[in-house]
Amino acid sequence: MSTSTHYQATRGAGDAEEGYVLDSVGGDWDDIAREAVEHSDERIVVNMGPQHPSTHGVLRLILELDAETVHDARVGIGYLHTGIEKNMEFRTWTQGVTFCTRMDYLTPLFNEAAYVRGVEQLLGITDQIPDRANVIRVMMMELNRIGSHLVCTGTGGMELGATTVMEFGFRERERTLRVFELVTGLRMNHAYFRPGGVAQDIPPGTIDLLKEELPLLKRGIRELEALILENPVLKGRMVDVGYLDLTGCMALGVTGPMLKATGLPHDLRKVDPYFGYETYDFEVPVRDTCDAYGRLAVRFAEMWESIKIVEQCMERLERNPGPVMVEDKKIAWPAQLAIGGDGMGNSLDHIREIMGESMESLIHHFKLVTEGFRVPPGQVYSVVESPKGELGCHLVSTGGTRPHRAHFRDPGFNNLQTVAAMCEGAQVADVIVAVASVDPVLGGVDR
Amino acid sequence: MSDNPPAKDVPPHQDIPTGKDAPSSGDTPVSSGTTAAGDPSDNALEARPVTGDPTVVGTRHGMFGIAGSGDTSGYGGLVSPILFPGQAERPYGSYFDHVADQLEQALVGTSASFQEAVEQTVVHHGELTFHVRREHLPVVAQALRDHPKLRFEQCVSVSGVHYPSETDRELHVVYHLLSLTHAGRRVRLEVSVPDADPHVPSVTATYPGANWHERETWDFFGVVFDDHPALTRIMMPDDWPGHPQRKDYPLGGVPVEYKGASIPPPDERRSYN
Repeated sequence: MSTSTHYQATRGAGDAEEGYVLDSVGGDWDDIAREAVEHSDERIVVNMGPQHPSTHGVLRLILELDAETVHDARVGIGYLHTGIEKNMEFRTWTQGVTFCTRMDYLTPLFNEAAYVRGVEQLLGITDQIPDRANVIRVMMMELNRIGSHLVCTGTGGMELGATTVMEFGFRERERTLRVFELVTGLRMNHAYFRPGGVAQDIPPGTIDLLKEELPLLKRGIRELEALILENPVLKGRMVDVGYLDLTGCMALGVTGPMLKATGLPHDLRKVDPYFGYETYDFEVPVRDTCDAYGRLAVRFAEMWESIKIVEQCMERLERNPGPVMVEDKKIAWPAQLAIGGDGMGNSLDHIREIMGESMESLIHHFKLVTEGFRVPPGQVYSVVESPKGELGCHLVSTGGTRPHRAHFRDPGFNNLQTVAAMCEGAQVADVIVAVASVDPVLGGVDR
Repeated sequence: MSDNPPAKDVPPHQDIPTGKDAPSSGDTPVSSGTTAAGDPSDNALEARPVTGDPTVVGTRHGMFGIAGSGDTSGYGGLVSPILFPGQAERPYGSYFDHVADQLEQALVGTSASFQEAVEQTVVHHGELTFHVRREHLPVVAQALRDHPKLRFEQCVSVSGVHYPSETDRELHVVYHLLSLTHAGRRVRLEVSVPDADPHVPSVTATYPGANWHERETWDFFGVVFDDHPALTRIMMPDDWPGHPQRKDYPLGGVPVEYKGASIPPPDERRSYN
């Protein structure tokens, strides 16, 4: 490895740290308490995480406490950095989907959507994507949005000590996962969207399953709403906690439900429609409380809007059959798949063509799949409205079969910067609520 | 892909001065005025303004992206430049002209004029990019945020790009700005610095939300953001050597045994890039 810079990021942590270190692991609790009282005049620095169960993955919060009051709050991230962006520079444009879907593991389809939208812009084929592919994408994304919000609500409730909320949340999310499993074969990390369309059409029975599950999902969300939205205990914990107004959100680059809870209806599906979002009938819910409760309410309202969109998608999918992959053979991966003896693979028709009928087809298939297609030089920044806010993808191509650079702007990365603004001066217990209301997923934050 | 040999990887809309040296960063490229985009297209985002001489960011050797494999096809000696779109010509289309005009006005009376601060304006894929000279970046950022007709309130993303073959402009820092006041308008700022002197003034004074993004760009590319409040690593451990997203930093990996064969790590496999 060679680098031409000699700058040091920081001095590594030295052995001789100042101050008294109180270790609260093991031992007699009375001794620890007595020790703490002896040193009570000192300000306490608490490391919350990186393995604390209520920190959404591996988030590390460094809190400087004055009794129960948070004096300083700092966020340490990077514990889940997996080098996804670097890895994508070593795979073809199509393979990249497989990597970026693993970033924010609660919103895999949005990660794919941002990337795929960028590749299509670079290729200049945005207009050629078949309608059906776009409808499927929208439907899958909206189901994913419901799932993500349910996890956020569920784990948020769990962090407040309400196990039932968590169970309800995960139970209802399971219904969206059932649809994903049928359509993509997987419950997460789908790699279902591809540059040019989707991997394959929805299998028969998908709409029937949705017709079965959607009413139950609605009932479940209504149940969860009835359980928590007007619950005095929950309101006591969330109202006016984690306050961040529009000014703060603009300065810190905050988007998504946090921004909508300040009363600004900024939603990329309306502002900069993609995948045909302009043709769907839905509202952008807002609240003006700027607090954790407002964000929760926005998420519930968004789930209902998502259900409206899913219903419109179902109706369109039933009405309009058609291709789900772009026509350009230089880009289109085979999208007619079939289940064989050894699992999902190319359809028998395709295999017969490339193996038995046409040498040119075989060469074409081989080149497309192993070499990949070339993308003209240039750069784009493509965005989608993920459940957490603006998910951006900055792609640079130098005309090769691989990205020169793929950078993802995860909404959680920006939104987590607000922790200091929301938590300093508040109680320790409010930190949990405030962080939960950001809905960070560290897989996406750290990538 | 087999029925016609792929052309050189160049944009199809230009007559390309192949083998042209990279234009020096100082001169504003003049238009070659090749094609006319005079048709009044309603959908301005789709309109492609005439671009001047493209920027060469590197060269590509051979035709199939393979090196060192004993290519006997005869195409191995091909050298083609990698061309990025150059200076755009008016009208840029969409809201881009308005933004450029207003920025020019907003910079009047500041320490830098538009011509001094912006070395190139590029319109490509329906996106507006100002290539800004690094010393003027804070002024430009502040003008873009504060001018009432501009109001790009959010710096949503900062990302680094490493172009190893662009001499004296190896490291690029790319800022994506978003306006909430003006219905989701976007503009991109791009700053290029030499590898030997990777200093860029921080925009955190204007955009506090860029704080972590700049730390990430430092961490991954080694770009030093002057006047950043706490420029420390953010993803990699504090004592990590090197900057992993640079092109000279290897991906790493170990060979994997599968059914008796050894599969090399991804960066050592045969590739067609």
